[in-house]
Amino acid sequence: MTSAPRRGAAFYLLAGFFTLFILFLYGPTLTIAILSFQGPQGGLTFPMNGVSLHWFFNLFERQAVGDFGGSFSRSLVLGLVVMVVTVVVSVTAGFAFRRGFRGGSVLFYLTVSSLVIPSILISLGIGLMFNIAGIEPAWYSSALGAHLTWTLPFGLLIVFAIFNRFDRSFEEAARDLGAGPWQTVRHVVLPIILPSLVGVALFGFTLSYDEFARSLMTAGSYNTLPLEIYGMTTNVTTPVLYALGTLTTAFSFVVIGAALAAVAVLRRRRAGR
Amino acid sequence: MSVTATSTVRPAARPAAADRAAAVRRLGRVVPYLQAAPLTLVLLVFLLVPILTIVVVSFWDYDSIRIYPDFVLTNYQELLGSPVTWKIYLNTLKFTALAWLFTLLIGFTVAYFLAFHVQSLTWQMALFLLCTIPFWTSNIIRMIAWIPFLGRNGLLNQALVGAGVVEQPLEFLLFSDFAVVLAYVHLYTLFMVVPIFNAMMRIDRALIEAARDAGANGRQILWNVILPLCKPGIAIGSIFVITLVMGDFITVRLMSGGQSASVGLVIANEISLLQYPAAAANAVVLLLVVTLMVAALLRIVDIRKEL
Repeated sequence: MTSAPRRGAAFYLLAGFFTLFILFLYGPTLTIAILSFQGPQGGLTFPMNGVSLHWFFNLFERQAVGDFGGSFSRSLVLGLVVMVVTVVVSVTAGFAFRRGFRGGSVLFYLTVSSLVIPSILISLGIGLMFNIAGIEPAWYSSALGAHLTWTLPFGLLIVFAIFNRFDRSFEEAARDLGAGPWQTVRHVVLPIILPSLVGVALFGFTLSYDEFARSLMTAGSYNTLPLEIYGMTTNVTTPVLYALGTLTTAFSFVVIGAALAAVAVLRRRRAGR
Repeated sequence: MSVTATSTVRPAARPAAADRAAAVRRLGRVVPYLQAAPLTLVLLVFLLVPILTIVVVSFWDYDSIRIYPDFVLTNYQELLGSPVTWKIYLNTLKFTALAWLFTLLIGFTVAYFLAFHVQSLTWQMALFLLCTIPFWTSNIIRMIAWIPFLGRNGLLNQALVGAGVVEQPLEFLLFSDFAVVLAYVHLYTLFMVVPIFNAMMRIDRALIEAARDAGANGRQILWNVILPLCKPGIAIGSIFVITLVMGDFITVRLMSGGQSASVGLVIANEISLLQYPAAAANAVVLLLVVTLMVAALLRIVDIRKEL
């Protein structure tokens, strides 16, 4: 603790505030995680009425709640597709913006407006568009497009931030050594930005996996997981709701953890070279 | 270039090689357009056309079964002529103002602690990550998670009754405006933390040293040096929070338990009643209001400079 003498009352006050903020962020989620282990007779609030896995088993009984397995696999597949498309499209667009092109600022502001237009409007607009065109909305078509309007702006902004910090002399060196444009991208640029692209992928997957408002009118006849959970909030009054919440959050944590681990491994491998 | 080398051997090859070089150059000029094409296509099909569809449909007519292509102003007349609309806009603006104020105060304090009081970069990043992780989890579950806290028999009421602060459990904790604002602060504070923290990390520490050497105390440094330099971060955070709350319907529906309304909720209800033209007119007005708010904030910040 070499810096200890510099820490005054302000530090401890702010540290206390920060701790409360973290408690505020994680406390409720932790509480439902505990409550999802309620005994079979337990209710939605404390006290715990015994400890059991009853509500987790209950989750997998098909008649107890809606189609949990189906909605999970749809959300999973959709999230993966959105993730891949987000990474590819935002990186290629990032290259375009780096070179500069006519209409670039129009496209940039269109992308930013995609971020600030309320989700319910995207949902309504795409729903109406499919309705008028006479196409049945589905999670793999209309909902995919709706999710991309939310993930692509994040992806592009992150790619901008990556390229703004990118040292152009690496590319010049590659070019001087005789590498073609594609070789430069493939063997120099992409390996360098790869750890940051994991971040883009994480945004793409999780934002789609958790999206509710943009799926509302676009998912068609089969629910994605957030729609299923929302449906449960109105007609399920047992801790099975918490069990589902806990499982979904645990899955999110696994995804986040995997992404962070991937970044760490990629960074270390690059440093080791 | 190899053009000169070949031209000395075979004069006839010169135009061909020059053509090839020109073709490569022309291709090089086309490349950025090809690279931007997928993004443009997605945004045209799933953003621009849908928004235009909303504008068109807002002039259509409807009955209880279907919607008709038409050009009527009744949707707007009914919307703007109804006192309920104005009340709901006022309520939405109230939520927005409260959420903005609290997320800004909390977000600024948290970012300030991370940027200026945590000394090691590793700790800074670890704690910053701790703040952002909930962003990647489900909002709906994070809202549901307040039930055991705020409910009639929730933790807070048990504690308050147990401590003798109140005799009866407080009814207003869950399903109230209080719960709605609490959920907004819970969900959206990190949209303030991230850009403000980013702005703070870019502040040249020498400026703060200089202010201190010139005799400024901690509060003066905060107010006259740090706060002005954080303005772009605050503007970006505000854009996020304001647009998210202005268009929200799910938080109001879940946390107010039908006690309160917002513009987004009215649109969602009209959608569920299949009154698409009415929903579309409502959506156009909301879009105009949000655009004006964002335009005002963009006068403070140039987004492209902040990345």
